[in-house]
Amino acid sequence: MITIKNLHKSYVTGSNSLHVLKGLSLEIEEGEMVSIMGASGSGKSTLLNVLGILDNYDLGEYHLNGIFIKDISETKAAQLRNQTIGFVFQSFNLISFKNAMENVALPLYYQGVNRRKRNQIAMEYLDRVGLKDWWMHLPSELSGGQKQRIAIARSLISKPKVILADEPTGALDSVTSMEVMDLLQEINDEGITMLIVTHEHDIALRTQRSIKLKDGVIETITYHKSTYKAVSSF
Amino acid sequence: MFDLDKWQEILSTINKNRMRTFLTGFSVAWGIFMLIVLLGSGKGLQNGINSQFRQDAVNTMWFGPGTTSKTFEGLKSGREIRFTDEDYEFVRDRLEGVDKISARFYMWQNRVISYNKEYGVFDLICVHPDFQAIENASIAEGRYINDIDIKKRRKVAIIGRPVKEALFKNGKNPIGEYIKINNVLFQIVGVFTDKNERDETRVYLPVSTAQMISGGANRIHNLSITSTLSAKESEEFEKKLRAEFAKRHRFDKEDMNAMWISNTIKEYKMFSNLFMGIQIFVSIIGAFTIIAGIVGVSNIMIIVVNERTKEIGIRKAIGATPFSIVGMILLEAVFITGIAGYVGLLLGIGVLEGVSTILPENPFFLNPEVDFTIAIISTLVLVLAGTFAGLMPALKASRIRPVVALRDE
Repeated sequence: MITIKNLHKSYVTGSNSLHVLKGLSLEIEEGEMVSIMGASGSGKSTLLNVLGILDNYDLGEYHLNGIFIKDISETKAAQLRNQTIGFVFQSFNLISFKNAMENVALPLYYQGVNRRKRNQIAMEYLDRVGLKDWWMHLPSELSGGQKQRIAIARSLISKPKVILADEPTGALDSVTSMEVMDLLQEINDEGITMLIVTHEHDIALRTQRSIKLKDGVIETITYHKSTYKAVSSF
Repeated sequence: MFDLDKWQEILSTINKNRMRTFLTGFSVAWGIFMLIVLLGSGKGLQNGINSQFRQDAVNTMWFGPGTTSKTFEGLKSGREIRFTDEDYEFVRDRLEGVDKISARFYMWQNRVISYNKEYGVFDLICVHPDFQAIENASIAEGRYINDIDIKKRRKVAIIGRPVKEALFKNGKNPIGEYIKINNVLFQIVGVFTDKNERDETRVYLPVSTAQMISGGANRIHNLSITSTLSAKESEEFEKKLRAEFAKRHRFDKEDMNAMWISNTIKEYKMFSNLFMGIQIFVSIIGAFTIIAGIVGVSNIMIIVVNERTKEIGIRKAIGATPFSIVGMILLEAVFITGIAGYVGLLLGIGVLEGVSTILPENPFFLNPEVDFTIAIISTLVLVLAGTFAGLMPALKASRIRPVVALRDE
């Protein structure tokens, strides 16, 4: 699903150049659930931005779902993001003046689905994350966990191949964190590839493998034999 | 193509950000409102002054003989100068720039005019046919004095509307009837009206007839002309006129008492310069008002786009193309400025209308009005400016990489 080879990325600020990703190679299979770990500055957010086509890269290769992603136009990137990738952010990134249902429905607006249809679909996804009764609330009227579940519903509505989650539990307490992880796990069980950037070890433990970055390269890859599902079945 | 869904999205955004919408709209509406009121007031001032001057032909010159105050070529001072028909003919035929010309002869102090048993006191004005143009009098019935009246010294009279009302109380047609002036019968051949009421209570008689009746021979008391000259040329004309008459009547051309000249051309030109000044002033202020409006709208648009950076980042992350971002911001800008501009236009016109109905009759402020084309064009300019002002930050926003827009502060 995701293949990157020898990926380089530098940020240039004035005369300084900060080399963040230094020849990173990685392969993620369809349906996998992978966590990316590492200290701040190790390049994990940068990697996620490149994978999400939110940012470009300098050298190397990136294939997403068989498509070679390099120097593609903004418009094409927007379409790919819309159809292939679902995003979940640490700070939720809901639009403050839209209610829960409208926020969830927004990706379908950019697919040209008419208002009534997309609101109807949005209600189905809100139901799925257990927030059907909250559809008319503004983000400011919801708790962190609720906001993140709405963001997850939004990421799912366009039926993406991959969900990229940047510290999805970073702003949540531990109980809510686990609820959110349960939800992400459920989604992964349906076959959607899941990539989670986190610095929390117990979050990483619930993925199939953890990729630990250090100074722009992969330091270790850890396979977690006992996934949460296996544990919970006991 | 009309995209209902797009408009729903924009309208809901506008509806949910009312403060922002209000501020943008207000600055546009205020700009247009001020512009309309300003242009309308300028026009009202101009109309007022114009109407003051339109009563008489605007480019007239009056002149007549006086008494010398200087000795000249052996002639003593204090000599009375007299004008005659020859002076009339000289000015008419020999001087350039004369359009209409009439002499005037003063006849009889006793001006009781009677018809059967009705009578009244009115001004008697004995003139040439051109006097109609000089006074800007309009014929309501019949005709004015003509050249044949002058040549044949006919006893005809043209009476003003109030004169007709005073003498012909039963609504009888006055044309062809005879009125008695100082026991001389005159046939009425015309009724005139004049915008200046004071000039309406008159009876016009042919100058030659008056000369004959009063034994005035060929004497005239003054001359009036209208001319096609510019203000500057008219000053030259005045000098030349004085010099020529000094030669004809043998007085010092520096002797201002020997001949009086009253020239409204200069005054008129002065006023038309004043108009032009007012108009330039109003235009400049109008232009600056528009510029202020443009700056205001631009500022707000820039702030709006900055405020929406995060929202734009979110939209881009979930699949908004740069084109759709620009379209969204621009349509919103056009929509708000368009409606606000229209509201400003209506309010401005409303205020002008209100002022002109409430304000009492005022000689210097009349019918404030706005050239509709100018009003529409300035509204369009402001809407376009708002759009253009929105375009720059919108393009910038559409180019922001979502990762930058989404970065937590």
